[in-house]
Amino acid sequence: MDQSRRELMQAIGGALVASALPRAVRAGAGGIPARVVVIGGGFAGATAAKYLRLWGGGIRVTLIEPNAEFVSCPMSNRVLVGRTSIADLTHGYGDLVVRHGVRVVRDTANDIDAGNRSVTLASGKTLGYDHLVVAPGLDLDYSAIPGLVLESARGDILHAWKVGEQIISLRRQLEAMPDGGVFAITIPKAPYRCPPGPYERACQVAWYLRERKPKSKVLILDANEKVASKEALFRKAWADLYPRIVEYVPNSELVDVDVATRTAKLQFDDVKADVLNVIPPMKAAALAARAGLITANDKWCGVDFLTYESTVRKNIHVLGDAILAAPLMPKSAHMANQQAKVCAAAIIALVSGETVNPAPIINNTCYSFVTATEAMHIASVHAYDADQKQMLPIPGSGGLSAAPSEAEGRYAEGWAQNIWSDTLG
Amino acid sequence: MRRVAVLGCSLATLLLTSLCEGAEPDPHPGRYLAANCTGCHGTQGRSTGAIPAIAGLDRTVIVEAMRAFRSGDRPATVMHQHAKAYSEAQIELLADYFAAQKPL
Ligand code: HEC
Repeated sequence: MDQSRRELMQAIGGALVASALPRAVRAGAGGIPARVVVIGGGFAGATAAKYLRLWGGGIRVTLIEPNAEFVSCPMSNRVLVGRTSIADLTHGYGDLVVRHGVRVVRDTANDIDAGNRSVTLASGKTLGYDHLVVAPGLDLDYSAIPGLVLESARGDILHAWKVGEQIISLRRQLEAMPDGGVFAITIPKAPYRCPPGPYERACQVAWYLRERKPKSKVLILDANEKVASKEALFRKAWADLYPRIVEYVPNSELVDVDVATRTAKLQFDDVKADVLNVIPPMKAAALAARAGLITANDKWCGVDFLTYESTVRKNIHVLGDAILAAPLMPKSAHMANQQAKVCAAAIIALVSGETVNPAPIINNTCYSFVTATEAMHIASVHAYDADQKQMLPIPGSGGLSAAPSEAEGRYAEGWAQNIWSDTLG
Repeated sequence: MRRVAVLGCSLATLLLTSLCEGAEPDPHPGRYLAANCTGCHGTQGRSTGAIPAIAGLDRTVIVEAMRAFRSGDRPATVMHQHAKAYSEAQIELLADYFAAQKPL
């Protein structure tokens, strides 16, 4: 860019922000820097904390997270084909502290007092805030699966839908499965976290079985009436790559499980498996309900998409998988990271008296692996629609890969690396 | 010279639209738009993996790449899906932002 243009842009930029910046620093009562507390250090919460500091001048940001380290759900299905490990998926919160000046507190938020603007932690401490960001993630909801309601009764029926030990245990179950065995995976009705994730998992398991135990089967028991994401691409992958292995059964809502015999009970059928992987229904984590943030179906938190402020609690912003998403807005890491940046920008505007961006744009991209090396994407870009108060896809944009490829396999890994660093680095 | 003229126009449009709607212009449009790209290209465009870094690229390179992704002249695995969402004026803002970032 030529010099005159750069100077012009800087002059314009400078003039527009000059009056706002000092205000950001001394926002809050009586010139005290504004205090933002962020609950939850996943993709949504960690990104919000980072960007509040990166863009927000002197805003004081405290991140409450019970786990010592961040473990990524995206890429975790790759553990099943031996292409990644929990160590690769694990990242520290250190850069948020050292590079960005976020105060990271290892604790659990127990309660929110919206009236007094304070959060009570498990340790008994209380933190006051000017704005609160709640990014609590999801709870797995076993209430409709009687045999699995009690955690102690779940035996070797894994979900592996929150990262950690379970994905490693699932890999061990696969290793122990006899050739000719059945791996059954059950998928809840949408919306759930990571729409293409269960189908990707089926592909990864099928790839492993094709290599090691080719007489085996992968049975996909889907409560939905059709594949909830990338339907044509997944159908083609199963037909072309794993024709004798994968069987897809739609409209198969799980009604119960017999843990001892690893039997999935459907409405009209019982399916006995050697490995039974139950992905249960989901809802916003319990904290959201305790804080009165649930507005839809007893499950999700309604928000204003300009600020991510709760539609029912002032100065409390909700992000990530816990929100009632707009149509076609998946519960994904990419979305959570995008929402968090819009929210951070809005909070900064609110505390410094600037205008909140009236026309935010966010996007999503979910990569799915169909073999150990080949991946495909679904992408969408959404703009705020002031009439509908929704984030709507921008006409002409977005879409799906024409076919899976190794090039996209490499980009998928590159995406993971960059989104981890955009969130935490 | 030509570019300054183009900028003048897009700025005028920006200011006029905002005035018509009685709102202040967004003070950080480039930064907020650029936040769309950084999940894939890294914070400030400083990618470390397989996806190309775009921090510090020449602004004309970025503008032309985005136009070519949008029209389909440049084959891409995913950029066409994203590029089609942005107007000419938004592409200029994005290009200004990333051209001004220090590469890794
Ligand atoms: C889903 C991930 C993703 C997102 C989001 C994304 N990009 Fe890209 N970008 C890529 C990939 C992958 C390539 C390589 C071309 C391809 O295969 O699509 C690329 C290539 C580019 C290039 C060409 C770089 C070069 O050296 O030739 C530019 C410029 C670019 N992107 C700009 C942007 C801008 C600006 C945005 C935000 C509006 C953006 N990208 C959003 C993944 C992404």
